[in-house]
Amino acid sequence: MRARERLARLMAHAPAVELEAGGLTTPPTRRPGAAAQTVRKVFAFLLVLVVFAAAWEGYKLLGAALHDRLPGTDFKLPIRSDDKSMPHLWNMVAALFRPAQRGNPDLLVSLLLRAAWFTWQEAAAGFLFGSLVGFGLGALFSRSALLERGLMPYVVASQTVPLLAIAPMIIIWGGRLNWPAAWAVTIISAYLTFFPVTINTLRGLRSPAPSAVELMRSYAASDGQILWKLRVPAALPYIFTALRVSATASVIGAIVGELPSGIGDGLGRALLTYSYFYTNGPEKLFAAIIVAALVGLVFVALVSGVERLVVPAERRRNE
Amino acid sequence: MSVSASAPVIAIQGVSKAFGHGSGPRVVALENINLDIVAGEFVALLGPSGCGKSTLLRLIGDLTTPTSGQVLVNGKPAPQARRDRDYGMVFQQATLYDWRSVSQNVQLPLEIMRYPRAQREARAREMLQLVKLTDFANTYPWQLSGGMQQRVAIARALSFAPSLLLMDEPFGALDEMTREHMQLELLNIWGQTRTTVVFVTHSIPEAVFLASRVVVMSARPGRVAGIIDVDLPRPRGFDTREDPRFFQKITEVRELLRHEETGPAGAGATA
Repeated sequence: MRARERLARLMAHAPAVELEAGGLTTPPTRRPGAAAQTVRKVFAFLLVLVVFAAAWEGYKLLGAALHDRLPGTDFKLPIRSDDKSMPHLWNMVAALFRPAQRGNPDLLVSLLLRAAWFTWQEAAAGFLFGSLVGFGLGALFSRSALLERGLMPYVVASQTVPLLAIAPMIIIWGGRLNWPAAWAVTIISAYLTFFPVTINTLRGLRSPAPSAVELMRSYAASDGQILWKLRVPAALPYIFTALRVSATASVIGAIVGELPSGIGDGLGRALLTYSYFYTNGPEKLFAAIIVAALVGLVFVALVSGVERLVVPAERRRNE
Repeated sequence: MSVSASAPVIAIQGVSKAFGHGSGPRVVALENINLDIVAGEFVALLGPSGCGKSTLLRLIGDLTTPTSGQVLVNGKPAPQARRDRDYGMVFQQATLYDWRSVSQNVQLPLEIMRYPRAQREARAREMLQLVKLTDFANTYPWQLSGGMQQRVAIARALSFAPSLLLMDEPFGALDEMTREHMQLELLNIWGQTRTTVVFVTHSIPEAVFLASRVVVMSARPGRVAGIIDVDLPRPRGFDTREDPRFFQKITEVRELLRHEETGPAGAGATA
């Protein structure tokens, strides 16, 4: 039987994909060069840092040479280039390694790092709390269009009210309940955190195609199984995008929250103090700003690291 | 090859389906469908777009409910059959979850049904062997070609040994060569598992090549125009596609479709 023979031959030879146009013939291995990619990222960061430093010092040189005016005109350069307005970068770095105050041997850098650690703890607590609230709201809204329509305007409105107006209120209410001041700061930080997480959780939970949901229905999966085995994994890349935004927002929330709450141990007070006494040491304010920015950077890097552990598949697809 | 005249696995009795609600225009997708499918059959639902063949498949699988009439599967109403996990479904898109490896995708229904891990993994290996993807167990869906993805979808659908395999234009998105290869693979799998298959397609050669019976449907409203038995010998392979009887059957189906289009909108023949 010719047909039988040919079919048998086909089946014997069919392992894998010989007839597949464009198909892979061997299983692909994991993408190499994760380490190389990290090196490239660090290199890019340093390169931009060098460019920024060169621009800063170059502007100072240029301004000094031109007496802060465009040559031949009366037109002033936007920022004065003297050492009060724009301290030298090396002076900022040097300030970090000098005692912060007279009569106190503590270096500015250790003082700022202690403040940063304190503020980051508030921010991290606010970030965790806000993310949980954001996820909960997003999950709730994804289940009920009625709740979404009813509550979403308030969620949006909450973010248009200036934080400077909200923060003292939370601190006063917290005070009535005898909370430690740091709790109020955490809540202020959470207040800035939850919004992006709510929006992206909602979007992510609704992202699976109808056929992906029907597949679950065909297995008679429960609502809980559909949530945890389909909707949440599908939402993770969306949620992590929001978490990266929230990580920076939580630090800002903590710093701003520290100001009216009278907390003296955090970056908020440090920034306030050095801007008060700016003329005494402008480089101290800049040094404090650099440390505050580093807190945000490190926090986002931390979140990205967790994302890499939790969603390796997506990450490799999107990069 | 003939099918024994046992009790039907699927009994579609006077089923109609209309879409639209309120004051909007009602579209009758299916009108008074009667069809019996017996165990081990390979039935193709064939027709032009808009004939309701996919809707009929979704009614069998309880992904949508009939406006009137009823669908019995293994003697039970379709919703009960779905809860009893009688269906394995394959869609036009493979619908693999791309955060899961190939093996984890195949295990998905078994996870839902709370099989123990060891059993799940053993079953996934078995299924991947069946669809010839053993070496790809730990790769991710987007690393596979369209045909390979669809093979994973078939493995997933069969992983829990459902009594019915419902396929909605599963090869519709594949190129012609991959498609013919997949048809052979599917017949091979069907020969090994003896699962009852309902297969929706708008390709006449595909329907004739695969099926033991081709249910020809016509549109507006969707109904059964006729049923053609395909008694070509099995196993079918390359030679089948060159067999004069194959072309004869294709012509027969095509004539029936054309008659439906041009002839008087007569009463649809039913099984």
